[in-house]
Amino acid sequence: MMGLWEWITDMGNSKIVALLLFMGTFIGVVIFLFSNRRRAQKFETYRYIPLDDDDSHREPVARRDKTKSDEQ
Amino acid sequence: MSQAATTAGAAPAASVATSEQYNYAIIKRFAVAAVLWGVFGMAAGVWIASQLAFPFLNFDIAQITFGRFRPVHTTAVIFGFGGNALFATSYYVVQRTCQARLWSDSMASFTFYGWNLALILGVITYMMGITQGREYAEFNWQIDLIILVVWVAYFMVYLMTLLRRNQPHIYVANWFFMAFILATALLHIFNNIQVPVGLFHPHSYSIFSGVQDAMTQWWYGHNAVGFFLTAAFLGMMYYFVPKQAGRPIYSYKLSIIHFWALVFLYMWVGAHHLHWTALPDWVSTLAATFSILLLLPSWGGMINGIMTLSGAWDKLRTDPIMLFLITALAFYGMSTFEGPMMSLKSVNALSHYTDWTVGHVHSGALGWVAMISFGSLYHLIPRLWNVNLYSLKLVYVHFFLATIGIVLYITAMWVAGIGQGLMLRAFDQYGNLAYTFTESVVFLHKPYVVRAIGGGFFLAGMLIMAFNIAMTVRSGIKAEAREAQAASAEARTA
Repeated sequence: MMGLWEWITDMGNSKIVALLLFMGTFIGVVIFLFSNRRRAQKFETYRYIPLDDDDSHREPVARRDKTKSDEQ
Repeated sequence: MSQAATTAGAAPAASVATSEQYNYAIIKRFAVAAVLWGVFGMAAGVWIASQLAFPFLNFDIAQITFGRFRPVHTTAVIFGFGGNALFATSYYVVQRTCQARLWSDSMASFTFYGWNLALILGVITYMMGITQGREYAEFNWQIDLIILVVWVAYFMVYLMTLLRRNQPHIYVANWFFMAFILATALLHIFNNIQVPVGLFHPHSYSIFSGVQDAMTQWWYGHNAVGFFLTAAFLGMMYYFVPKQAGRPIYSYKLSIIHFWALVFLYMWVGAHHLHWTALPDWVSTLAATFSILLLLPSWGGMINGIMTLSGAWDKLRTDPIMLFLITALAFYGMSTFEGPMMSLKSVNALSHYTDWTVGHVHSGALGWVAMISFGSLYHLIPRLWNVNLYSLKLVYVHFFLATIGIVLYITAMWVAGIGQGLMLRAFDQYGNLAYTFTESVVFLHKPYVVRAIGGGFFLAGMLIMAFNIAMTVRSGIKAEAREAQAASAEARTA
């Protein structure tokens, strides 16, 4: 275990360590996204977030820049 | 022509009703500042482009010579126009997608005044000849400190707004904005580690020297392109393209892969600016390799944006704002293909130190950054003031002026750069240089004239936009005054 730690902290091995770290994380992200169908479908529902937010919420301009906390 | 495309109530019916009130006042200030800096910065750009074609335009005035005015142009367009547009859109997007008001109004106001003060001080000091001499980071050390404080405030406002969101998921546009804020902080700090000459002295020395200093500068320089001019504007794209199209983004999974691949790869590529220098060869090769890999997420993001219009291409016939957004994505695709190609050592041997690089930068800056900002601001501003855009015809005029301007600019720079590169590498039969440096300068005159004309077209479009926005805001202010008058009359009668 100590030997592995020494190998990781050796600057001469930094390129391989960085490659394993970044590539591993990236592959992990891809597996996370596609491995579970239900999770993948859930992610696709987030596409609608910008459209869920309706423009018609506006209130009269004079009151627009006040927060609820301000009113309380 | 569809005026509905630009009206405040053009979005589709809401499935999530919200009574949350947003801080629009700060977004309005940033949006107007973006337009003003755009006019100033682009005018400065046309001026220095004209100086290169016709050097007498220096008028022997030191403050407006190319060397001093060029950082004025880059600072005004990147940090003035682009920066203010990013503040405006990021504050808008985070509020709308989190359905929460900005965390602190006073802190948000501080970011506006602090940021713009730093830029104004930068412009003044550059014209006085005070500069750190670092690409896209010419501010002297005192201004660097102001920017640092402003950026920490920006980070706090953004993070705390995300934390108080009423939406369980953080929409992907916010990921890009967050990456931009964090990476820019990191880049700004490490690129500007300086030893000041004195407490009240404007000059300082970099803590790095030689090739390490060059490496640090281009690590900063390319990641400023990667995180400030790309990731952040992708955040803009992931909100405003679906919003303007009235359709969700093509694939959310693709947007997640796009994000992680982009942030993993970008940090490694800065060294491709230093091919064939004292930099170790393996660093150069590593940067070129990662640059080629970067093509995949870049094109993934472009396809994701463009395919959002799949099944609704007719919108391009009726909505000039959509034209801006989709053309921006096309230029994003083009410049992210050209960039990796230019990072290849063999291509770089020809292209580097020539105007091809300048053309490449502008195909990204004008085609991608400016076009996506124009589209987003045209979408945003009528909604902020709750009015219709003053003129859709002028948006069309702006679009065509801008597109013609970009095409003239980049083709002139391809001709200039490739011609320059070929001339500087040509040998005669005895192994001597075939052309003198002066001959290459004479060759550049015509492309430089065309470039200045292209810049003029782009600036004309920007002026039209400023007029259109000014008239829109004016009608918004009038409507607000009428509303206030009616409200007070109602109160009196009650």
